[in-house]
Amino acid sequence: MSQVFHEIEKKIISILKSESNLTPEKIGELTQLSPDQVRRGIEWLRLKELAIVNESQNITFSLGKNGLEAFESGLPERKLVDLIKDGSMKISDLQKQLGSVFGPAMGLAKKNNWIESKENELSLKTYPSNIPGEKTLKQIGKSSVSEQDIDKEDLQSLMRRPEFIIENLIKTKQISLTKNAQSLDISDSDSGAIDVEAKVPEIFVARTHPLKDTIDEIREIFVTLGFTEIFGNLTQPSFWNFDALFTPQDHPARELQDTFYLDGVSSKKIGTPDQIRKVSESHKKGWRYYWDINEARKMVLRTHTTCVTIKHLAENKSEEARVFSLGRVFRNEKVSYKHLVEFNQIEGVVVGSNANLRNLMGIQREFYRRIGITKIKFWPTFFPYTEPSLQTMVYNERLGKWVELFGMGIFRPEVTKPLGITKPVLAWGGGIERIAMLKYGLDDVREFYNNNLNWLRSATKCQ
Amino acid sequence: MPVVEVSYSRLQKLVGKASKKQISESLPFLGLDIESEDKDLVRVEYSPNRPDYSTDFGISLGLEGILGIKTGSIKLKIKKSKTYAINVKSNVSKIRPFVTGIVAKNGKIDDKIIKQLMAMQEDLHFGIGRKRKKSSIGIHDLDKICFPLTYTTTDRNYKFIPLNSKVEQTISEILQNTEVGQDYGYVLGNSAQVPIIVDSKDDTVSFPPIINADKTTVTTKTKNLFVEVTGINKEDAEDMLSVVATILQAAGFNLESVNISGARNKTPKLEHRQMSVSPSLINDSLGLTLNNSTIISSLKKSRLDATTSGKNISCKIPPYRFDIFGPMDLVEEVALGYGVEKLTPQLSSSETLGMVNPISSKLKSVSLTMVGLGYLEALNSSLTSKRILFEMTNREPKNPIAVLDSKSQEHTILRDSILPGLLENLSRNIHAQYPQKLFETGTVFFKNDPIDEKTNFAAVWANQDANFSEMKSILQAVLKTGFNLQIETKTATHETFEKGRTASILVDGKTVGIMGEINSNTIENYKIRVPVSGFEITLSGLIFD
Repeated sequence: MSQVFHEIEKKIISILKSESNLTPEKIGELTQLSPDQVRRGIEWLRLKELAIVNESQNITFSLGKNGLEAFESGLPERKLVDLIKDGSMKISDLQKQLGSVFGPAMGLAKKNNWIESKENELSLKTYPSNIPGEKTLKQIGKSSVSEQDIDKEDLQSLMRRPEFIIENLIKTKQISLTKNAQSLDISDSDSGAIDVEAKVPEIFVARTHPLKDTIDEIREIFVTLGFTEIFGNLTQPSFWNFDALFTPQDHPARELQDTFYLDGVSSKKIGTPDQIRKVSESHKKGWRYYWDINEARKMVLRTHTTCVTIKHLAENKSEEARVFSLGRVFRNEKVSYKHLVEFNQIEGVVVGSNANLRNLMGIQREFYRRIGITKIKFWPTFFPYTEPSLQTMVYNERLGKWVELFGMGIFRPEVTKPLGITKPVLAWGGGIERIAMLKYGLDDVREFYNNNLNWLRSATKCQ
Repeated sequence: MPVVEVSYSRLQKLVGKASKKQISESLPFLGLDIESEDKDLVRVEYSPNRPDYSTDFGISLGLEGILGIKTGSIKLKIKKSKTYAINVKSNVSKIRPFVTGIVAKNGKIDDKIIKQLMAMQEDLHFGIGRKRKKSSIGIHDLDKICFPLTYTTTDRNYKFIPLNSKVEQTISEILQNTEVGQDYGYVLGNSAQVPIIVDSKDDTVSFPPIINADKTTVTTKTKNLFVEVTGINKEDAEDMLSVVATILQAAGFNLESVNISGARNKTPKLEHRQMSVSPSLINDSLGLTLNNSTIISSLKKSRLDATTSGKNISCKIPPYRFDIFGPMDLVEEVALGYGVEKLTPQLSSSETLGMVNPISSKLKSVSLTMVGLGYLEALNSSLTSKRILFEMTNREPKNPIAVLDSKSQEHTILRDSILPGLLENLSRNIHAQYPQKLFETGTVFFKNDPIDEKTNFAAVWANQDANFSEMKSILQAVLKTGFNLQIETKTATHETFEKGRTASILVDGKTVGIMGEINSNTIENYKIRVPVSGFEITLSGLIFD
């Protein structure tokens, strides 16, 4: 530890060397430092482990309105006995002199056998030397007295009386030096310099969510590769989520156990009559079953963003296009370190007469290169709505193995033809959390949605 | 996707002339993902449209092709037999109208083969069988059956000894007491009559699609097999049969035909299909310039037959490859046979200009402004729970949108507000350093025709000194800096906010949200120990449509 001290620190240390356990106020008084300088000095010393701050709570008592009056002119019962000390007096006269406190004062004096009443007069029996409460009144006076210095029993008689006693809770700090500090020689330290090697308090930056940062990065890459962002609803008719993508109505992926269906919600408008007729024909021919329009009307939470892209393509029928959609998708899964019910997906499509599989692979390679992944390879795979279909495998250095990332392919003619899309459509996509997990070195995908402040405040922004 | 466990040594024996390394490297290029390896055992994930890969016999046929050991299509050699026949009664036509079958003789059956056959059967039932609804399969010991068989119906009091049982049970008992009965009884609905296959001695062979008779159980002593498939359409039943026949032939069995007749049923032909594809479609789709002979050899490596026919390539597709719908599927077969590893990525220049959606840009502005004001961005699920949305915040549910059969209690209802999630976040962070300032933008949902989706923006501030007016300053600053919008606040009441410290937020006289100090009732529910203030506004219609 460096032994450079600020002038403030030096003053505080030297005061505390001569007298320990001082309050900040006392330190201020003795050092002539301002309250703010004292506060800062103590905090610096505390972080350097040179000062100990003991916080304690103390209760003090002071007098209320009636208490102060009694302090100045005596308790009502004292006034009463004083008035009749030299001879009995008429009750009506006493009432006039003492006012509203006469009743309680007489009651108390009678109970203690100091006075007696005869007809309309009060006379003294014994004169009390000490009345409970008087000692405390005198002790507190116009200042305040702390709990440990007070006679609790004597105080009790005053506590019962209205507006006699005010109880104050006072928090005090007492500062003392640690053993290390006791032995410090501060005389030779460099004046004006500060301890630049000392620890400082941690402050937390406000920031965008780490997953949002990854999403923004991916969005930017797509835009720079010439893609336009499109949006669509999170709730979709089954028609766009499944039927338009040639997924038969009895396919296991459409069951309740994989897809979230909205309870009792169906859509009246699902597509143009021509779209509906042609999609249903494509299903009947390809899958040999009775296609039910009511099944297609059922609303689901989209299971992929492909429903947004296919709807866009069906509506625009562009001959050349690069579009992407990015957003939340849903799966009815048990939540685990690997699976979420709701996560983000990116999907891009290229439409064009020259679009081919090697171009698709080229875009993938470029995308991965831009997010910093260079070790990739392609494996064949199966998706119901693309043919041929590939998946990218990327090498995870941390886990030392190949992991599956984006899936891709060329939309099947069974998908494009019924919707009037004539040019080949390249499509690819996948989960964003998986990429973000690689980036942030996470093994548990749930961390992104836990909103654990300690993690959000500490995750490194650029990785 | 389904997974099958196979052994390298068995694959090597079946394929011949291939090292373990070659096999392990080739599996992914057949579309078989290696899930895990343990010495000789390997678990591979295969596509549901390739049930032939559910057995090591099927996988080895694929490996032979891709490694160039044996290429071209697999032909079924079926000996015409008059011994085996199934007569179909017309009473099945309204229940499960089709049956088909085949006989497989002189095979060696050990535990491993039985295990593989069972796995294949399960896969076929689940995939193309659609949980046995469309079609289902029964494999029997041929020598325990007296032909000809009858496919007919019976009532629910009919009795026989089902598989793995020692006593006779009625159809109703089987449906109630056995696991398969409970799982697949739904296929039969409430029909009083159920399908049944009986032999010439009136012994039960099978009660499709539920269970076989115990008598015909296949064991390691079985030499000859009888396979029957029943279903609701003829094509699917024959597709299923062709997969089983192909695998059994590959396993060393000799196939013999079963004559099927009666009530629209016919003996299956299990023939190759013809399909033609143009070389230009192949080359244009793949981005290659392959000549016809390379295309043909690639298709052969994918275990198809191919010849040049005029300008096109004519393919012969074996019946078990019912996953091939049209020419684009043949393009993929060329890619696999040619070798996906040989396809090199090629970045073509873009003819289009990219653009961020304006909604994204505006939401990004909101985020960055909030960050500038010291707020941390949170992300919560939009599918949440009644507890978080309503119970904790004392709000009355108004027409909430629920999902069916969620596997998670915490995810059952679509949120109509973001604020409850942020309060939940605060309650889970009471040990983290204060002040805590959080915000979130995201979708909220309202029942309409059918669903209204809006983008909302909410923030919370939890600290000893959290109050109304500074929260108002924050919102005022975001909307002014980001979008030059002025807000007004008017006294309001809200279940979540403290009475007298709640205001509705207005822009141009229109209410867009609510703000205030969170009431003690809500704060107590969440067990938060400091005051909290917050707001929520709807951005849709305000800063974008």
